[in-house]
Amino acid sequence: MAELNQKERMKIKRHDMPNQDPLVRRRNYDEVALGYSEATAKKEAERCLQCKDPKCVQGCPVGVLIPQFIKALREGDMVKAVEWMKVKNNLPAICGRVCPQETQCEGNCILGKKGEPVAIGRLERFVGDFELAHRTCPLAKAAPTGKNAAVVGSGPSGLTCAVDLGREGHKVTLFESLHGPGGVLVYGIPEFRLPKRVVYGEINYAVECLGIDIKIDHVIGRTFTLDELLNDYDAVFLGTGAGLPSFMRIPGINLNGVMSANEFLTRVNLMKGYLFPQYDTPVKVGRKVAVIGAGNVAMDAVRCSLRLQTLHSRKTNELPGEVHMVYRRSRDEVPAREEEFHHAGEEGVIFDFLTNPVEILGDEKGNVKGMRCIRMRLGEPDKSGRRSPVPIEGSEFEMEVDTVIMALGTSPNPLVFVEAEGLERTKHGTAVADPETGRTRKMRVWAGGDVVTGAATVISAMGAGKRAAADIDKFLKGEAPWQ
Amino acid sequence: MYKILKKEVLSDIIKLMVIHAPHVARKAKAGQFIIVRINEFGERIPLTIADYDRDAGTITIIFQEVGKSTMQLGRMETGQEISSFAGPLGHPTEIENYGTVVCVGGGVGIAPIYPIARSLKEAGNSVISIIGSRNKDLLFWEDRMRAVSDELIVCTDDGSYGRRSLVTEPLKELIENADKKVARVWAIGPAIMMKFVSLATAPYNVPTTVSLNTIMIDGTGMCGGCRVLLEDGARFVCVDGPEFDAHKVNWDSLLSRLQFYRKEERAAVEHWQHKCRLEGAPEEGGK
Ligand SMILES: Cc1cc2nc3c(=O)[nH]c(=O)nc-3n(C[C@H](O)[C@H](O)[C@H](O)COP(=O)(O)OP(=O)(O)OC[C@H]3O[C@@H](n4cnc5c(N)ncnc54)[C@H](O)[C@@H]3O)c2cc1C
Ligand code: SF4
Ligand code: FES
Repeated sequence: MAELNQKERMKIKRHDMPNQDPLVRRRNYDEVALGYSEATAKKEAERCLQCKDPKCVQGCPVGVLIPQFIKALREGDMVKAVEWMKVKNNLPAICGRVCPQETQCEGNCILGKKGEPVAIGRLERFVGDFELAHRTCPLAKAAPTGKNAAVVGSGPSGLTCAVDLGREGHKVTLFESLHGPGGVLVYGIPEFRLPKRVVYGEINYAVECLGIDIKIDHVIGRTFTLDELLNDYDAVFLGTGAGLPSFMRIPGINLNGVMSANEFLTRVNLMKGYLFPQYDTPVKVGRKVAVIGAGNVAMDAVRCSLRLQTLHSRKTNELPGEVHMVYRRSRDEVPAREEEFHHAGEEGVIFDFLTNPVEILGDEKGNVKGMRCIRMRLGEPDKSGRRSPVPIEGSEFEMEVDTVIMALGTSPNPLVFVEAEGLERTKHGTAVADPETGRTRKMRVWAGGDVVTGAATVISAMGAGKRAAADIDKFLKGEAPWQ
Repeated sequence: MYKILKKEVLSDIIKLMVIHAPHVARKAKAGQFIIVRINEFGERIPLTIADYDRDAGTITIIFQEVGKSTMQLGRMETGQEISSFAGPLGHPTEIENYGTVVCVGGGVGIAPIYPIARSLKEAGNSVISIIGSRNKDLLFWEDRMRAVSDELIVCTDDGSYGRRSLVTEPLKELIENADKKVARVWAIGPAIMMKFVSLATAPYNVPTTVSLNTIMIDGTGMCGGCRVLLEDGARFVCVDGPEFDAHKVNWDSLLSRLQFYRKEERAAVEHWQHKCRLEGAPEEGGK
């Protein structure tokens, strides 16, 4: 393509992502967003104005070199595009799929002021998928340093930290309590949003190139304590995430049919419950499901519920049921990624905004039969500037449901803090760590990702893993001793 | 992968396996449990630790074939490997010298009560044990239990061996006997048995500890599927337990939650037996 001028670039419309048809995808677990073709990716890349002071980069939590990779992409130099990408982001195929771009890079893009921002996330995914298929940017390992590090937790923060430490020549052991690595990427985020082949592709590649030793079935705090790890390793990074689910403090939460989104999603994704009985773990949704909450977790839970219902009804010839998303605030406050909210709507989710459950009702056998809810309105903005929901007196009503899935947020799993003298925690249960270096208050222990921030994002966890790895590397090489 | 070093058939439906898992054995204690997953299709099954050998790096598990997964595990043989084995999980039993204690093991619950009785004995307690099962064939480890108990009472539901009674009868007699001064009771077995043990000891205010086996997935506090309702709210059995004060447990809620996947459990067994028939694999485990 001939070199375009800025005006011509601004005339190009943002390219839609090809998606599976909503009616078809309700019946399968295949990826919804199909990805740009090479031609579309190049055309979309032409829209970038190559700003001198790129705002998008400021919006990215890890500062991906966005204009550089987009330029290489549109010039057809994919190898170079991957190289630019990998300067800051180890896992572009994953981030391109799950980052909340509308509040990060794309939210800042100058084109968004008047029209639509460059589809940075989709381009990132395109570059990531190219690298996944061609591996043009091998992970090189420096000469062995003789130092060793333990990384606890194999979610995005732990994986990133392990890879960066491995590249520097340190010997890395990655401990994971579950039977496979990946953290939320594997047990939480469903296949139709993030295919597991992408996650495993990245993990296997890292293991192959860097010889990272992954020890599954190791629950730190039980199998080994942190203090025991410190005897055997020169440095320890904690990337144990925020996996502890919360339940509402209302009557009826122990009824059959009430579960945490973590339980539901783990059954579906990690244990492959949607393929029961080929896989052993069952997962059950009823005909009227209510998911409480409106974050990414809630969105994944409603969309998995819809699919299970549709698949089930095709077997039994019953009509599929209903899936409700019950949220105490309004549409404008929905914290989920925009794309997921949009997809959930297309797939047929019923949204009940400004609604809050006050009691879950059970039948004589202890099964859920309904939910008593109250209507809410938005009151004055609180300290954080968000308008807080206030119950409307006398507005209580009953909703007939047989399954209630709570997606109300999570906090750090406390097990890793067992016998970890000196590892300080906040009152929210998160580890206290320096945001720049990841250093905790305990000597030779670093932490990052959700265990420090509380439930956040994949990219922020990755960024924390990367910063900690840089500091651990300096520490191990004697350049930055522990004060 | 974790190798099965030894298999013993304790009865038609109760099997013992010694598994090579040094990472679990090095710290395992009485009262804790492990999570096993047979293969890539498997579910995560929690099993209480029946014994351990730190030097050999082994864990002994004993399980009753109640569903597809335990049936399949029961068909595995010495030398074969299991894909995942995590632990030790949960809190160990609080062992102290309490005086006279009673350890009740019902059915396959005899297995996990054994290391507890042994530890209590080692701590200087006078240990009275009651073990019970439906019939003689389902009884095991009488010798082992006798070796760690000052007194052992054996019951069967049908009277085919020992005393014909439920475990709660001799338990009540022991508690009512003022000379015995029973300080504490441990009970492990089917949920319904533990409920009745709890009802039996409550009027006498004898502290009673039960080990709960709720439905679990991760076993690390991540799903909340294992939760149990106590007087003052819900707890996660896998991280807060598995042992709890029996008198605080809401048994009706517990029993109802155990039923939740019954239909699916049956479907899994049927699917598996059908598959075994097609593949010509032996469907019933031999002795
Ligand atoms: C359903 C769901 C959907 C989400 N969707 C998005 C999205 O679209 N976009 C986005 O940016 N973010 C999303 N998030 C958030 C994002 O996944 C997390 O912020 C991110 O995964 C945190 O990474 P982490 O490395 O800190 O921890 P995790 O990914 O939670 O990984 C922690 C790992 O540590 C292991 N572990 C925990 N304790 C121990 C222990 N004691 N010993 C050994 N191992 C231990 C855990 O098993 C786990 O594998 C979503 C989260 C969920 C639950
Ligand atoms: S990592 Fe996320 S925020 Fe940063 S450029 Fe990529 S998609 Fe945007
Ligand atoms: S088994 Fe998942 S929290 Fe206990």
